[in-house]
Amino acid sequence: MKILVAVKRVTDANVKIRVNAAKTAVELTNVKMAMNPFDEIGVEAALRLKESGQIDAASEIIAVSVGAATSGETIRTALAMGADRGILVEATDGLEPLIVAKLLQQVVKRENPELVILGKQAIDDDCNQTGQMLAGLLGWAQGSFASKLAIDGNRLAVTREVDGGLENVSLAMPAIITTDLRLNEPRYPSLPNIMKAKKKPLDTLPAAELGVDLSPRLVVISVEEPPARKAGIRVNSAAELADKLHNEAKAF
Amino acid sequence: MSILVFAEHDGKEVKTPSLHAITAAKSLGKITLLLIGSGAKTAAESAKNIPGVGEILVAESEKYNNLLAEQVAPLLVSLAASCSHIFAAATSVGKNIFPRTAALLDVQQISEISAVKSADTFIRPIYAGNALATVQSRDKVKLITVRMAAFEASPRTGGDGTAAIKSIDAVAGHDDLAKFVSSALSHSERPELTSARIVISGGRGMQNGENFKLLDAVADKLGAAVGASRAAVDSGYVPNEFQVGQTGKVIAPDLYIAVGISGAIQHLAGMKDSKVIACINKDADAPIFQVADYGLVADLFEAVPQFSAALDGVLKK
Ligand SMILES: Cc1cc2nc3c(=O)[nH]c(=O)nc-3n(C[C@H](O)[C@H](O)[C@H](O)COP(=O)(O)OP(=O)(O)OC[C@H]3O[C@@H](n4cnc5c(N)ncnc54)[C@H](O)[C@@H]3O)c2cc1C
Ligand SMILES: Nc1ncnc2c1ncn2[C@@H]1O[C@H](COP(=O)(O)O)[C@@H](O)[C@H]1O
Repeated sequence: MKILVAVKRVTDANVKIRVNAAKTAVELTNVKMAMNPFDEIGVEAALRLKESGQIDAASEIIAVSVGAATSGETIRTALAMGADRGILVEATDGLEPLIVAKLLQQVVKRENPELVILGKQAIDDDCNQTGQMLAGLLGWAQGSFASKLAIDGNRLAVTREVDGGLENVSLAMPAIITTDLRLNEPRYPSLPNIMKAKKKPLDTLPAAELGVDLSPRLVVISVEEPPARKAGIRVNSAAELADKLHNEAKAF
Repeated sequence: MSILVFAEHDGKEVKTPSLHAITAAKSLGKITLLLIGSGAKTAAESAKNIPGVGEILVAESEKYNNLLAEQVAPLLVSLAASCSHIFAAATSVGKNIFPRTAALLDVQQISEISAVKSADTFIRPIYAGNALATVQSRDKVKLITVRMAAFEASPRTGGDGTAAIKSIDAVAGHDDLAKFVSSALSHSERPELTSARIVISGGRGMQNGENFKLLDAVADKLGAAVGASRAAVDSGYVPNEFQVGQTGKVIAPDLYIAVGISGAIQHLAGMKDSKVIACINKDADAPIFQVADYGLVADLFEAVPQFSAALDGVLKK
């Protein structure tokens, strides 16, 4: 079996971002970058399917990223976690989900995986779109926001996190999965594996050669910081808190 | 060209999250509602009275009962040619169905808008709400999900009740692609997290699920919903649907009380637009204090029962 895992390079989750002076974008120079946390969960999910024997040991896990050459580093991280090889679809950073989905569709056409795993949401654009879009483009089933995943004969059993709780669905394969936080706890790559990852194959495919229109549909007019919230007061006791909330804030 | 709103319903009436989407949509003109699945007709009758609704499309077919994206997206696609906009609330249903529909229509969806600037220009939070992007769409039909916390819920009544109800046929989908198996949904007597006026949330500081009873006691007195941080959910104290934050539920109640929550960026993203924020935390340097209107530095195991007891006095007056 072949599994494709999409990995996006984003600002590190712990970084407090700032808007640039021109108010056109978020300032990314000298900002720490990392693999989108949901994609770490995606890589881990693929590895566990293989390690648990649910798919055969010869299965191949391919990490794919769309972006500038620096996204190769993110692929290397996936390789260090245990993915077998990588594909960098070289393009400008910050492409819209629809374009990324179309590029991934072309990679799927070449590789014919039975499963493609993406994150539910990139923590930079907060779009939560790419996986569902890819499923639509391919005409495949989609198991979005997955918190459990198991091979069930020739289908996939997926537990999804929904607003009211959990939902179980059964999907025909090939299928798309998008990961939610509870699917697993991703491993840290060990030093020997980081060394080994340097020798794993990483191919580059220029996006321009994939026959996809790369022009954006959404024009970003401005990017601004939201109004900051001011810290209020400290109260000295629980009774004072109840009193202030009732009599001053009129919150109840 | 119609402004279509895909509305979720419970067989009787439109669900509250969709009322927020209706508010966003009707700022652009009269709207058409789409209601699907069993009970859609009944829900449509009551939806007639929602102000701003000009027409209601009903696809009362069982195949839509589980709102599978694989089934619903083709239906939305079949309606899109006559639409300038298609809106939905950014619920787990909207987030699942809309991007698939957008891709089938070759449209770049606009996720979780927080404001409508004009028919083609919208504001949406990015980077956990630490930046607000104003974006203009070049697509012919705009597919939009609406951040519920950013728009008031539309009233259910007050409209002229004249909206025409029109039945439409289900669209053939690939019935075998995805199958609904079962769901485990929580049933609580308390208000829903996304529509509650008051929310009290617990974090890792709660130590276990049993201790959430301390928050339940307060919630019962205030008619509040109970929420949680990711850490509390990941640790198994409470189920996933409690999670407030960037990747959980984004809420803006009148009062949010954070208990044993440090206030990480991702948590703040889900509650910093609350009208009043209070917190109880034993660490005076916890970042939650930087956004709290009222902060109490205390051990929650002492402070929460005291707070609960104090409420009795305050509420009696
Ligand atoms: C991709 C990604 C998505 C995420 N999405 C979300 C999200 O949607 N929502 C979310 O909440 N988080 C999210 N997080 C996690 C977030 O970064 C934090 O890890 C999390 O919010 C921390 O939860 P916490 O405040 O409960 O725990 P901690 O940070 O451990 O804080 C516990 C707090 O409790 C206090 N405390 C402990 N004991 C007591 C006591 N006895 N009395 C009083 N106070 C006490 C401590 O002082 C501390 O401040 C996400 C992270 C990532 C990487
Ligand atoms: N440029 C990209 N390269 C690789 N994967 C991506 C890219 N953009 C989005 N994805 C995948 O799609 C998921 C959801 O992203 P988004 O729809 O942007 O929120 C991410 O978690 C990734 O798995």
